[in-house]
Amino acid sequence: MAEKTEPAAAAASRLAGEMEVEAYRRLFPLAFLERHLGESVRPDARRLSEARPTTVALGAVSSAHGSALVRLGDTAMLASVKLEVMSPPAESSDEAVEFHMPPICSPLVRPGRPADVAPVISKALEDVLMSSGMLNLKELCLISGKASWLAYLDICCLNADGSLFDAALISAVAAFTHLEIPLVSVGDDGRVFTVGGNEGKTKFELVNREKRKLTLGDIPFSLTCALHKDSILVDPTSEEESIIETYVTVVVDSSDRIVSIQKLGGTVTSMTAVKECISLAKERRRKLREILIDSVEVMEVDQTE
Amino acid sequence: MFSYHLLLGSTSTLSMQCSIQECPFGCTFGFLAAIKCDGSWNMNSIRVGRQERVYEMTLKRTLQSICMLTVHPNTTTSVVLQVVGDDGSLLPCAINASCAALAFAGIPLKHLAVAIGCGVVENGGVILDTNTAEEQQLKSFAHLVFPSSRKVVGSKEPKQKDVEFERGLITSISHGVMSEDDYLNCIERGVAASSRISDFMRKTLQKEAASVAA
Repeated sequence: MAEKTEPAAAAASRLAGEMEVEAYRRLFPLAFLERHLGESVRPDARRLSEARPTTVALGAVSSAHGSALVRLGDTAMLASVKLEVMSPPAESSDEAVEFHMPPICSPLVRPGRPADVAPVISKALEDVLMSSGMLNLKELCLISGKASWLAYLDICCLNADGSLFDAALISAVAAFTHLEIPLVSVGDDGRVFTVGGNEGKTKFELVNREKRKLTLGDIPFSLTCALHKDSILVDPTSEEESIIETYVTVVVDSSDRIVSIQKLGGTVTSMTAVKECISLAKERRRKLREILIDSVEVMEVDQTE
Repeated sequence: MFSYHLLLGSTSTLSMQCSIQECPFGCTFGFLAAIKCDGSWNMNSIRVGRQERVYEMTLKRTLQSICMLTVHPNTTTSVVLQVVGDDGSLLPCAINASCAALAFAGIPLKHLAVAIGCGVVENGGVILDTNTAEEQQLKSFAHLVFPSSRKVVGSKEPKQKDVEFERGLITSISHGVMSEDDYLNCIERGVAASSRISDFMRKTLQKEAASVAA
């Protein structure tokens, strides 16, 4: 591969003066990227270690018990948590975390054919959320031994532009932060049902006193870095991901422990690059935590108004 | 069509290899391990679930990075794995098996990929090549894939204590929470173990090549 890019790069630089930027970008994507990296900048004018602007909006889906809409640059994810009462022992809910990539999100996803990467991301999300200890499953217990909540987390990718796992994790965490457990009451037939509205409170005998939020433990945050020769590109876009096939996703929690490191194939990377990615992930965690706290404050202000 | 049977403790995978048209690289992971030791089997685990998709994607990307596919244009290299028994460290076994199968098939490779599973014990120690019981007990474990170690052929100097040229990492998948030091410990132990595995692979391949040539 090395010798093929040499003449290509030389040819590319000759033609660079003669053709338009957009054409050059499509025809010689690697050379285009490398010319930018030579100046320590990226095609969208970010520095190498700069992530895209992130926004979190809680309560995007009013019919769900908890939801969040997250934008990481152009990548947009919508997460929603729905709760259902059921009696334990529940059969192992393999499919409780579902990551959807509908054809709307990217021209590469065709209708009728699920994206390759969707089940991989769902499994990874499930593993991270369970092993990080963010959720204390005992909190979901309603009447001990007889009824408990089952939470379904659905994440829908609205726009896939790189760093899908990062955005999905932030949206899942934000949805759980927004989650409010509804009031329930036991009906005549012994079944538990949810009660809404104020008159419901007085009419039925409630099992739980008030709507409450879950207390979250160590919240995990992740960062994806693309590794190309000596440069580490933080938070790659889909264009960069398609050119650079090597990336590392590091998930850290608030005590700076590594919840997960995923590096699937790609070129052989040295340990110094991996250590660098871990320290970048720790920095990113601090910023993301602030963004999440700000969005919770914004939501609380909206609710009291 | 070549087949290679790799036994790693009681986890064994059968790796076959043939070429078809269409996309340049495909990986399929068949899961026969639903059959447990006592002869009973669980229908639920036979359906191809997400865990198999994750393994497929990991294998595909790891093997894609070591194969030189441009040597065979307009062909698909397809690796089919059949799990015959599963007793932990399934992914490292699968990667080692498919790598050996590719080498036997004569597909040009940049280097061999050597995989090892490492588990982190309570006191911070690291155990290698975990089995199912250990994996369930451990809080965290990692599957690591390294390039095979290089061996200088016919060097006249005495063995230098390692010109430790940095081995580097091809793939790393971790489960469970671990501290950064634990992770780096795993990598160190993994590198040491992988050089022994790569010696074993080298010897086996040399033996087979000699018997084929004879």
